[in-house]
Amino acid sequence: MELLMVLSVPFAGGIVLGFWGHRNFAPELNSAASLLTFLAAAGLTARIIADGPILVWDEMFFVDSFNVFLVALTAFVAFTTSLFSRPYMRIELDHGQLSLNRLRLYHSMFQMFTFTMLLVLLTNNVGILWVAMEAATLTTVLLVSLYRTPASLEAAWKYFILCGVGLAQALFGTILLYFAAEKVLGPGGTALLWTHLNEVKGELEPTVLSLAFVFLLIGYGTKVGLVPLHNWLPDAHAEGPTPVSAVLSGLLLNVALYAVVRTKVLVEGALGTHFAGNLMMGFGVLSVVVAAFLLSRQKDVKRLFAYSSIEHMGIMTFAFGMGGPLATFAAMLHMTVHSLTKSAIFFTVGHAAQKSGTQLMAHIRGLIDSNPTIGWGLMLGSLAILGMPPFGVFTSEFMILTVAMHEQPWATPFLLAALGVAFAAIFGKVQPMVFGTATVERLPHPPALIPVFAHLALVLLLGLYIPPYLAEWYRQAAQLIG
Amino acid sequence: MNLPLYAQLINLFAALLLLLAFAMLTQRRILSLINLFAAQGFVLVLSTLVVAYSTHQSHLYYSALLTLVLKVLVLPWIMHRLIRALNVRWDVETLINIPSTMLIGIVLVIFAFNLAAPISNFAGTINKSTLGIATACILLAFLMMITRRKAVSQVIGFLAMENGLFFAATSATYGMPMVVELGIALDVLVGTLLFGVFFFHIRETFESLDIHHLEKLKER
Repeated sequence: MELLMVLSVPFAGGIVLGFWGHRNFAPELNSAASLLTFLAAAGLTARIIADGPILVWDEMFFVDSFNVFLVALTAFVAFTTSLFSRPYMRIELDHGQLSLNRLRLYHSMFQMFTFTMLLVLLTNNVGILWVAMEAATLTTVLLVSLYRTPASLEAAWKYFILCGVGLAQALFGTILLYFAAEKVLGPGGTALLWTHLNEVKGELEPTVLSLAFVFLLIGYGTKVGLVPLHNWLPDAHAEGPTPVSAVLSGLLLNVALYAVVRTKVLVEGALGTHFAGNLMMGFGVLSVVVAAFLLSRQKDVKRLFAYSSIEHMGIMTFAFGMGGPLATFAAMLHMTVHSLTKSAIFFTVGHAAQKSGTQLMAHIRGLIDSNPTIGWGLMLGSLAILGMPPFGVFTSEFMILTVAMHEQPWATPFLLAALGVAFAAIFGKVQPMVFGTATVERLPHPPALIPVFAHLALVLLLGLYIPPYLAEWYRQAAQLIG
Repeated sequence: MNLPLYAQLINLFAALLLLLAFAMLTQRRILSLINLFAAQGFVLVLSTLVVAYSTHQSHLYYSALLTLVLKVLVLPWIMHRLIRALNVRWDVETLINIPSTMLIGIVLVIFAFNLAAPISNFAGTINKSTLGIATACILLAFLMMITRRKAVSQVIGFLAMENGLFFAATSATYGMPMVVELGIALDVLVGTLLFGVFFFHIRETFESLDIHHLEKLKER
C-alpha cells in the first residue's frame, strides 16, 4: 500500500504539474506532492523495519533494508529540495531567467525525476532498473537545459551523449547477465529478477559475469561520476538550476551507485573472488585523488562542489568495494551524510549566487555581512563536507579510513593526501566568500533556509549520536550486501 | 560446414548487419545515413523472425513487430521530418581520413570477436559467432559517434548502437523479457524525440548543428 503511494504520488504529481506547473500555487503543490511521497516512504520504512523484506506484485517490487534506507533518504531530500525551490524558482522568475512555460516543465520534470529514481530503487527487475535509470537521464536532461543558455545546452548535450553511451554499456552488461542467468533459471521473466538471481548466484557462469560486471560498472559508473567517466558531471551541476544540482548530487549519484552495488553482490557471489570489489576500489581511489586535485582550479562555485561530489562518490565506491560489514556500514552512513550536507550546501550556494548575480567565486564576497544565515550555512556546510568533527561526515570517513588501514593499507596514503588537498582547496575558497567585504544585494523573496539548517542539524546529530534503530538498520543492510 | 538452413540465414543476416555498420561508418550524406539505419533495422527484424521461427519463441514475434514499427518506420520517419525541418537534408559531412577510420574499425571487429570468444562457447548451437558480430556492431557505432562532427549523425550513431545491443539480446539470449523490451523501446522513442527538440534549440542558439560549438565548457 505504502509502496503504491511512494511510486504513484510523484508520477501523478508529474502529470498534474504538467498542466498546472505555471500557476501561482505550483511551487506549493510541488512541495505537497513531495511531502506526501516522503510520508509514504516513511510509512514503508517503518513497515520494513518491523516486518522485514517484502516482495510484492508478481515479484515486481522488492524492498529490503538496503533499498528502503535509500528510498527514505531520496524522498526526504526531494521534499526539502522542493521547499528550497519555492523561493528559489520565484526569484529566478523575477530575475527573468525563466518563462512560465519553463517553470511548468521544471515542476513536472522534478516530480518525474523523483518517480524514476524511486522506481530504480524499488524494482526487483534488473532490466526495469536499467529502463528507469535511462528515464532518469531523460528527465534530468530537460532540467539541466532549463535556462536554454549556450552553456546549459552544451552541458545537457554532453550529459545526454555521455550518459546515453554509458547506459548503453550498462544495457550490454544487463544482456550478458541475462544470458548467464537464463542458463540457470530458464528463459522468461524470472531470469532478470534480482531475488531469483541472488538465490542462484553461485551457479552463474563466472566468465560471463565478470565481463558483464565490467560493462555494468562502466555504464552505471558514468552516472556515479567515477573518474575518468566524470566529464558530464561538473557541467551539468553548474549549468542547471540549483535545486537540480542539489538532487543530482545528493540523490541521483547515490541511486546509480546503488545499481552498481546490487550487481556487485551477484558477481562476487558467482566468482567467489574479490574481482568486482577490486575494480570498484581502483575506480574509487582514482576518483578521490583526481577530483581532489581538480578542486583547487575551480572558479565557479557550483563546479567546485560538483568536484567535491565526485570525490565523495569515490570514497563511497571505495568503501563498498572493500566490502565487509564495517566498511559497508560506513559507506551507507557516508551516503546519508553526504546527501544531506551536499544538498544543504547547494541550497546556500544557490541563494548566494542569486544575491551576487554570478556563480564566480571571485565575485561572491561577504555573505556573513549581508545575510548571516546564508553565510553561516555555507561555512558550516563546507566544514561538515570537509570532514570536520563533530559532523557526521567525520564519523563515516574516519570509519572508512580505519578499515582501509587495516585491510587495504596501500590506499590510505592516497585517501589521506586527497582529503588534505580537498580541505585546503575548499576552505581557502569558501572563507573569503563568507567573510570578505560585502558586495551582494537583497533578494526579492525571503530565501528558504530551514532546509539548510535541518540538514546540517541531522548531519551533526549523526556525527554525535547514531540512534540505535538506525544503526541496527544499517547493520541489517550491511549484512545483506556483505 | 554443414549448418542447418536457419543457422546459415542468421549468419547471413549477422554479416549484413556488420556490413551496414561499416557502410554507416563511412557514409557522408545524412539522408543516406538515415536510410542505412532503416535498412539495419529491417535486417534486424528478419533475423529476429528467423530466430523466433527456429526456436519457437513466440514472444520474439512481438519484439520483431516492435522493432519493425519503431526502428524501420517510426524512427526513420521522425529523422526524415527532422532533417527536412532543419534543412540539412542534402548536407554532406567532411569526414577526416576514411581509410584510417576503416582500419580502426577492422581492429575493433577483431577485438570484439576476441572479447566474445569465451562467452560464445556457452551459447546455444545456432548463435556461436553472432555475439561477436553484435559486439562489433556496438563498437563500430561507438566509433562512428566519436568521429562525427554533426549532431544528427551522432544521434544516428547512438541509435545504431542500440541496434547492436538488440541484436546481442536476440542472438545470445532469444530476447529479453517483454516488459523490459517495451521499456527500452519507450526510452529510445522518448530519447529520439528529445534529441529532435534539442536540435532546434542548438540550431537556434548556435545557428548550426556542428558540435564544435559545444566544446566551450572545459577545465581551464
